[in-house]
Amino acid sequence: MTTAIAAATEPIISVENCQKYFPVTSGLVLRKAIGQVKAVDGVTFHIKQGETYSLVGESGCGKTTTAKMVLLVERPTAGSIKFRGKDLATFRSDDYKEYRSSVQAVFQDPWSSLNPRMRVGHIIMEPLLTNKKLSRNEAKERLASLLQEVGLHQFQGDYYPHEFSGGQRQRIAIARALSLEPNVIVLDEPVSALDVSIRAQIMNLLRDLQERHGVSYLLIAHNLATVRYMSHHVGVMYLGKIVEEAPTRELFTNPMHPYTKALISASLPSHPDIQREDIVLSGEIPSPLNPPKGCAFHPRCPFAMDRCSQEMPVLKAAQNPEHAVSCHLF
Amino acid sequence: MAQGHAPVLEVQDLRTYFYTRTGVVKAVDGVSFSLKEGETLGVVGESGSGKSMTALSIMGLVPQPAGKIVGGKVLLEGEDLLQKTPAEMQHIRGQKLCMILQDPMTSLNPVYTVGNQLIETLRLKPGNRGRGIKERAIELLSKVKIAAPEARIGNYPHQMSGGMRQRVVGAIAIAGAPKVLIADEATTSLDATIQYQYLQLLRELQEDTGLSIIFITHDFGIVAKMCDRVAVMYAGRLVELAPVRELFNKPAHPYTEALMRSVPNVDEEVDHLYAIEGQPPALDKLPTGCSFAPRCPYAFERCVQEYPSSVTVGESHYAHCWKLL
Repeated sequence: MTTAIAAATEPIISVENCQKYFPVTSGLVLRKAIGQVKAVDGVTFHIKQGETYSLVGESGCGKTTTAKMVLLVERPTAGSIKFRGKDLATFRSDDYKEYRSSVQAVFQDPWSSLNPRMRVGHIIMEPLLTNKKLSRNEAKERLASLLQEVGLHQFQGDYYPHEFSGGQRQRIAIARALSLEPNVIVLDEPVSALDVSIRAQIMNLLRDLQERHGVSYLLIAHNLATVRYMSHHVGVMYLGKIVEEAPTRELFTNPMHPYTKALISASLPSHPDIQREDIVLSGEIPSPLNPPKGCAFHPRCPFAMDRCSQEMPVLKAAQNPEHAVSCHLF
Repeated sequence: MAQGHAPVLEVQDLRTYFYTRTGVVKAVDGVSFSLKEGETLGVVGESGSGKSMTALSIMGLVPQPAGKIVGGKVLLEGEDLLQKTPAEMQHIRGQKLCMILQDPMTSLNPVYTVGNQLIETLRLKPGNRGRGIKERAIELLSKVKIAAPEARIGNYPHQMSGGMRQRVVGAIAIAGAPKVLIADEATTSLDATIQYQYLQLLRELQEDTGLSIIFITHDFGIVAKMCDRVAVMYAGRLVELAPVRELFNKPAHPYTEALMRSVPNVDEEVDHLYAIEGQPPALDKLPTGCSFAPRCPYAFERCVQEYPSSVTVGESHYAHCWKLL
């Protein structure tokens, strides 16, 4: 499913050692910082042209904050994000404009991501009119082809969002994201709000579009099965850090980090006869306000050693150079 | 799992309709199944398939006045719950029947401590008074594996994490030593590793108490992991009922088959997912004949004309489809 352009190109987006700390304040008037939430704490990954990079993890692991930094909603506290080799921090206003039209987003909930007062056609055309300065007629032509591309009828452009079902709304959101022919689309849980029979439709649509346009995806998801179906590369996040990263097949056939193993073991089987290696994690995710010393996972890890509570492991390549894991066991 | 012979709960031809301005919405339309002691039944379906409304009908909690149970029987240990007065139902809920809902934040009262809410349920049982009751509440909290239950009993729901809150809901549910527990998407809002812990916990509780569980879910993974038998619902009707292995090995109804093929798989690589075209029908404008016919790749003339009767496919495996005749 990789396109011709995907072969051995350099990354279109590089996130390098990115951190995002949020201050925790107390007091109403004189807000005193009493601590920091390390939402993202040194994350590095690269998105290649025409490929899907997925970030998986449970709630609070920082995957959405990472996506927000890529979308320029949040500025990193430290580290850099590079778009085609150029650091976002050095951007001028023209660069921002170009970046914003080349990086688009599709969100989880199509009930809140579409303006209920705008007709669907207008929602999809708006980026064309403001960014591309197309004339109305040109934009309308483009609208027709976009609607067709996401599997909607042309006349449906005159409808309002409430007249559509969840799956159709997500198609509208995808059409809008596609309208500027972006290089990258950030997909934040794109199918988790949809019904089971509709999810497959949307996932297939996203994959077809990738094949046709060579667009890259940054997929944020918590469902491992979705991730396995959609992505080329996967990064597993835990408490603000990537703990394991590998090509999709490698990660699922040879998971190394105890947390990845536990996640796969906790994912529900596809058949009643499948027996998994039982790794029940005790306890819950620690608060990012007060992360444990050493490896953040050690209080829940069944293989924790003395060293794990002392020293923070670093992400380093395993035997397979494409497979990186951050654990003292390796 | 120990299974008795007589069914604990029997639902016969249950019909729950909603009367709205635009017409009659047949949310549940002729659903029948039974549940044995210690058994786990999965009810699978998409939103709007009537699975939650089936649960609410059993509990006697159908939204009034729009919703009405217009036919059928719900037999709990032989007694028809639909004939009970609201006061009697109030007593049955929490004692014999109980339910865990999806979102623990909305099913717990934010202004009372969890201990308070537990004790409230415990008090329902006649004779459950006095000093011992707090100990009993602490015991329940430790049964659902809440660490330091003596301290946690004084906590408010907001002081707990989502997984812990759902455990409290579980403790309240089993407080009255019920016969039947209905879990309506009980783990959907939990994180993967927490969901796994919770499912494991429900299993243990079931083994301890011989509870019968109805799992209402859209997730075949939960069914595969937890259930003994499965009922698949589509547009208010039960389209297939089968033992879990039988269903996964030989799904008979085209909808079940299609739904299973459209779910991505963690265990193996799938090249292309099968997608069911179209969407579920609106319940007030159901097609005559089989409601799945417009989306069904096998549909033929008869499917559009009349609703298929139940066909026995295998041992205790039934499906409603003309193709199977």
